[in-house]
Amino acid sequence: MEIAGKVKSAREMGLVACRRCTRVWPGGTPTCGRCGHRMQSRDTTSLQKVWAWWIVGMMCYIPANLYPMLVTRTLVSTQDNTIVGGAVELAQHGNYGIALVIIAASVLIPIGKFIAVASLALGVRQGSRLSSARRQQLFEVVEYIGRWSMIDVFVVAILSSLVQLGALASIAPGVASLFFALSVIFTMLSAQSFDSRLIWDADSDDATTQPSVNPSNPNGVTA
Amino acid sequence: MSTRLEELIACPHCDAVYHVSEPKMGERAVCGRCHTVLIAPRRRAGKQIIAMALAVLILIVAATVFPFLSIKAAGVANRSSVLDAALAFSSSGLLILLTLAVAALIVFIPIARALLVIYVLGPVVWDRPAFPGALRAFRISEALRPWSMAEIFVLGCAVALIKVADLADVSFGPAFWMFGALVVLMMVQDNFMCRYSVWKSLEK
Repeated sequence: MEIAGKVKSAREMGLVACRRCTRVWPGGTPTCGRCGHRMQSRDTTSLQKVWAWWIVGMMCYIPANLYPMLVTRTLVSTQDNTIVGGAVELAQHGNYGIALVIIAASVLIPIGKFIAVASLALGVRQGSRLSSARRQQLFEVVEYIGRWSMIDVFVVAILSSLVQLGALASIAPGVASLFFALSVIFTMLSAQSFDSRLIWDADSDDATTQPSVNPSNPNGVTA
Repeated sequence: MSTRLEELIACPHCDAVYHVSEPKMGERAVCGRCHTVLIAPRRRAGKQIIAMALAVLILIVAATVFPFLSIKAAGVANRSSVLDAALAFSSSGLLILLTLAVAALIVFIPIARALLVIYVLGPVVWDRPAFPGALRAFRISEALRPWSMAEIFVLGCAVALIKVADLADVSFGPAFWMFGALVVLMMVQDNFMCRYSVWKSLEK
């Protein structure tokens, strides 16, 4: 598909677009006539929802790290493992690769996601040093990768159903698994609530709605 | 404005509006601003997607029931199916929620998506009028997409395997391989589907 000249957004053309099926309707149409999805030119409560889910997600992420994820009972001992503790133990046994996967999925990705979503949301209000295209990429990465944090919960589920060897050894899930799962779900909802069209508006707003405030970017659209 | 609204397409990510000029089979139309793929038609995609959805259904049901990992240590053995894994959390009160969530993410949502896709695309492929509510069904199927986590579960199996490897002998059961095949199928299926073409064909 070729783009002739400057890219115009549906809002600039006085239209509203369905984000589910990409159909375009006259501005103000409440639901998409094709797929029935609810439409808004811009989700005005988007940032509120993002922050609400973000905060709940963060609230769940803290106990997820403090409480034990796994409770391992063997003949001689009972051991509680937190997320980080479990990874450290794996590393001590020489399983560096797996320890790395666990740390990446349960610590780096969630924290990176909190930071990324927060900076995207802040960027809409205050502007960002990153270009719109970069921020869009960041958003897509966050959406794609966020689900993978669930891996730790699945590992706990698998281990605790598999390792049931009577008195010899058994593994039970800890409370942290619940909090961790909730945290992943809430941050996914937080990312989904973000209206990525807001990223691009900053570019065109300068040209259309507030020409006097920022005349330095008359063309609006960046490549 | 001289153009008709049906001829326009808006990028769901950045709201850029374009005139639709449908690409040839196997080619893709990409948003010039944010590079989201907008249209990507494929020849005979409908039948292939339905075939894959059917395979997914069969594999999920089988993979849920058969054991996928078994473990042996000092003469004591245990095996676990996907169902057992989901039920692992059911021992204590609060964690029951987690049982439901896990079962939904790895079994019920993938099944629901496969069924919805068959319901939506079946009539389209065989040139019949779409079933009632097909548009709605496809919308739900799309909304469920991020919540279908079977592929993550498979990687979870691998991690779990290595975690207990020095504790006991672990081996894969038939369901593990089924789940592996399932994941590949689901990914291919998602890549094959041109959403724009589906919406367009349902509109008629």
